[in-house]
Amino acid sequence: MSQLYDVIIVGGGPAGLSAAYSAWENGAKKIIVIERDRELGGILQQCIHNGFGLHHFKEELTGPGYAHKCIELVKDKPEIETLVDTMVLDVQSNKTVIAVNPEKGLMKLEGKTVILTMGCRERTRGAIRIPGERPAGVFTAGAAQRMVNMEGYLPGHKIVILGSGDIGLIMARRMSLEGCKVQACLEICPFSNGLTRNIVQCLNDYDIPLYLSHTIVAIHGEKRVTGITVAKVDERMTPIPGTEFDIECDTVLLSVGLIPENELSRGLDLAMNPLTNGPVVDQHRETSLDGFFAAGNVVHVHDLVDFVSEEAEIAGKYAALKAQGKLSTDNRTIKVSAIDGVRTCVPQQVTLPAEIPADEKIKLFMRVAAPHRKVKLVVKSGENVLLNRPLPVAKPSEMIAVEIPAAKFNLIGDEISVGLVL
Amino acid sequence: MEFVKSADVVVIGGGIVGTAILRELSKYDLKCVLVEKEPDVALGTTKANSAILHAGFDAPTGSLKAITNVRGNKLYHELEHELDLDIKWTGSLVAATTDEEMQTLQELMARGRKNGVEGLQILSHDEVVEQEPNLTNVKGALWAPSAGVCWPFGAAIAFAECAVQNGAEVIRDCKVLGFVKEDGKITGVETSKGVIAAKYVVNAAGIYADEIAKLAGDDTFTITPRKGEYILFDKTACNSLVYGVVFPCPTKKSKGILVCTTTHGNTFIGPNANEQESKEDLAVTTNGMNEIMASARKLIPNLPMGAAITEFAGLRAVSSTGDFILGPSDKVENLYNAAGMQSPGLTAAPAVGELIAKEIARVSGAAAKTDFKAALPKKKSFVRMTPSEQAAKIAEDKLYGRVICRCETVTEGEIVEAIKSPVGARTVDGVKRRTRAGMGRCQGGFCGPRVTQILARELGISIPEVLKERADSNMFYEKYPVDGGEE
Repeated sequence: MSQLYDVIIVGGGPAGLSAAYSAWENGAKKIIVIERDRELGGILQQCIHNGFGLHHFKEELTGPGYAHKCIELVKDKPEIETLVDTMVLDVQSNKTVIAVNPEKGLMKLEGKTVILTMGCRERTRGAIRIPGERPAGVFTAGAAQRMVNMEGYLPGHKIVILGSGDIGLIMARRMSLEGCKVQACLEICPFSNGLTRNIVQCLNDYDIPLYLSHTIVAIHGEKRVTGITVAKVDERMTPIPGTEFDIECDTVLLSVGLIPENELSRGLDLAMNPLTNGPVVDQHRETSLDGFFAAGNVVHVHDLVDFVSEEAEIAGKYAALKAQGKLSTDNRTIKVSAIDGVRTCVPQQVTLPAEIPADEKIKLFMRVAAPHRKVKLVVKSGENVLLNRPLPVAKPSEMIAVEIPAAKFNLIGDEISVGLVL
Repeated sequence: MEFVKSADVVVIGGGIVGTAILRELSKYDLKCVLVEKEPDVALGTTKANSAILHAGFDAPTGSLKAITNVRGNKLYHELEHELDLDIKWTGSLVAATTDEEMQTLQELMARGRKNGVEGLQILSHDEVVEQEPNLTNVKGALWAPSAGVCWPFGAAIAFAECAVQNGAEVIRDCKVLGFVKEDGKITGVETSKGVIAAKYVVNAAGIYADEIAKLAGDDTFTITPRKGEYILFDKTACNSLVYGVVFPCPTKKSKGILVCTTTHGNTFIGPNANEQESKEDLAVTTNGMNEIMASARKLIPNLPMGAAITEFAGLRAVSSTGDFILGPSDKVENLYNAAGMQSPGLTAAPAVGELIAKEIARVSGAAAKTDFKAALPKKKSFVRMTPSEQAAKIAEDKLYGRVICRCETVTEGEIVEAIKSPVGARTVDGVKRRTRAGMGRCQGGFCGPRVTQILARELGISIPEVLKERADSNMFYEKYPVDGGEE
């Protein structure tokens, strides 16, 4: 089986579905979305809490609700095919995609463009080297969330959560609602990495203590977890001897960071950004390899799915235009550097034709390295300031987005920088 | 005395040594039963070691360690094909960083030649760097071409399955509690599943071998557990580490903290060597990890610690005699020990099996079987198949078209096959050791719940009954009942 698609989309989560819809809106005639899970929607399907969609759909939705809206957008469109229960085994640089599922067996798909929307995965115990025994009962928060919300089982009864990222906080509340006892939430940083609303609604409302600047120094239990030893950490995040105490629990849930899932991208030798752990993209979300686009958490981990959809719509639009030969090829490239307290900025480059469309705007998505109050975000090229925006609050957990008219890029050099001024 | 079962030989312990002995015994006209206290074979030292098939230059010439090491290495070259074992014959390097250590290499080479190791050679700095570009600190190295790395649990499972194919029986979850003796001779093995009548008993109980021997009336040796901790890296880190097996210069206590890439391309560093009292404490410690990182940095200064995917510890069985304890017990007539099987125990296992089985066959007068089936059916993993082989396999069974473990590309078909095989997987980690599902960079985060569901379905048990590894290591629980009614 071999067919030529305008756009092949790897991953059927919110990014893949939004990209498919946008590609369709922009004239692509043959689009396919490949999803490995048994249904479309990605990780949203297990996020049964609300709080999604306020920006993108202008209403508050649950995860499955948001997923449903995305699925509705692609369904019943003869131009959009979807495959579930299907794993992509290989993506080749000539845009041949090898996929497999039980019903159709091995499939070879050929595309004019490919959009990578594989999302991200969770950092594990091994990656952060938590000492101790290796009993059952240590899960990533997302794996536990799937088990509780989709399969209907509990990961345990007495829970400690390591990491105060949003998934950890949401799971603290979820486990409490399931009747479990959440003993504590531990955070190695002196600040939480979750949204403020989640600290309030998921910990404070359930009287779950949050220990900042604390981490696990040992997991106990030969068969199932029986408890953990916790210690306070110094400013270098090293445990301070003498501050140890034990917490009894049968389950440890880890919410210690997300990593863009870029195994396929690495196989393609795409230029990668070591800080985002995702491919380097331009404002169209095109990667270093012609005709390969990427969007969503595979590019950089987002805080809100609304931004994932927004970014994926960009990728979908430009992949569709590229497939139709409507993207300019005579371009100049401007490098975007994150400096002075801005840890990452996407896109990492801007590709502009000689004649910039009058209404085009370039949107930059940033994350800061540490929390700040009352700072200014400055985008400049040499001494030429393109944007100077006061920020009352800047937190690593919340993405900052700014828009700059593309026309401003006409008069500048080959590089812009994005930084904070304290 | 009521026996639940009767056997000519009962082998105690389902590690690499016990299973290798069982396989050799199954070549003879003997009814053999292996008992293992855990839910699976290969759960002790066999599951957490360096996986190296040593060349045989370390142990003192004439020692049982030296003899069985060199012989075992040779046997693996034959078994590799018969049993379809995963082995990479990488050769090994002992890397010297000082002039003094260069001198030690000469001693090792001389001893190796006396032990019968072939092809030993001292390489210059340039020759080492040509093989291993990251070993820039090294002055020279001892090259042993006959060394390799293997998939140790795979080997133990293959030994067990080959024995079962030849009429032996493997009973898991079966702990030895005592012995029935008459006139100083063992007549039965008392287990948690009843008493098994036995004419001969083989003690291959790993770190518990001294306790088993003592239960039978042999207190001539003790076993001290020696913990070794490891850090394992993602496959992507291999390029910045090593491609083969690299030892530092050995110390009196151990062969040192090595850097080695496994049969599946994951590099690890470790083990350290710390003696302890507990035979159950497998905790990885901060100090231990710091120790192995510091030591490995002497060979590879820039360790890619961000690419670490797991840490684990194993216990080696160090005997009070300093050598392997092999053969008939001095105290109990029909007890055969295979004890103190620390390094190079994995390499030596087939030779130990041969030695013990031959002895029992001689004493019992059992004849060799004429219909011994040496070969196991070949099992190629999906990821290693060509596209046309993959397509054919899916056409045969569509479950091979569903990828369950995305990191290692393991299909549902392979998982079901691992569960249904003669000494099949019954636990999540059992599936992992047979198929690699859960061994990749996400460490089962994605596939763990799915593997649990497949196990429950195939074993006909509920999801909360599925174990991670040992008894009571349940993965998931039923939800609390809903009270119902309005607030």
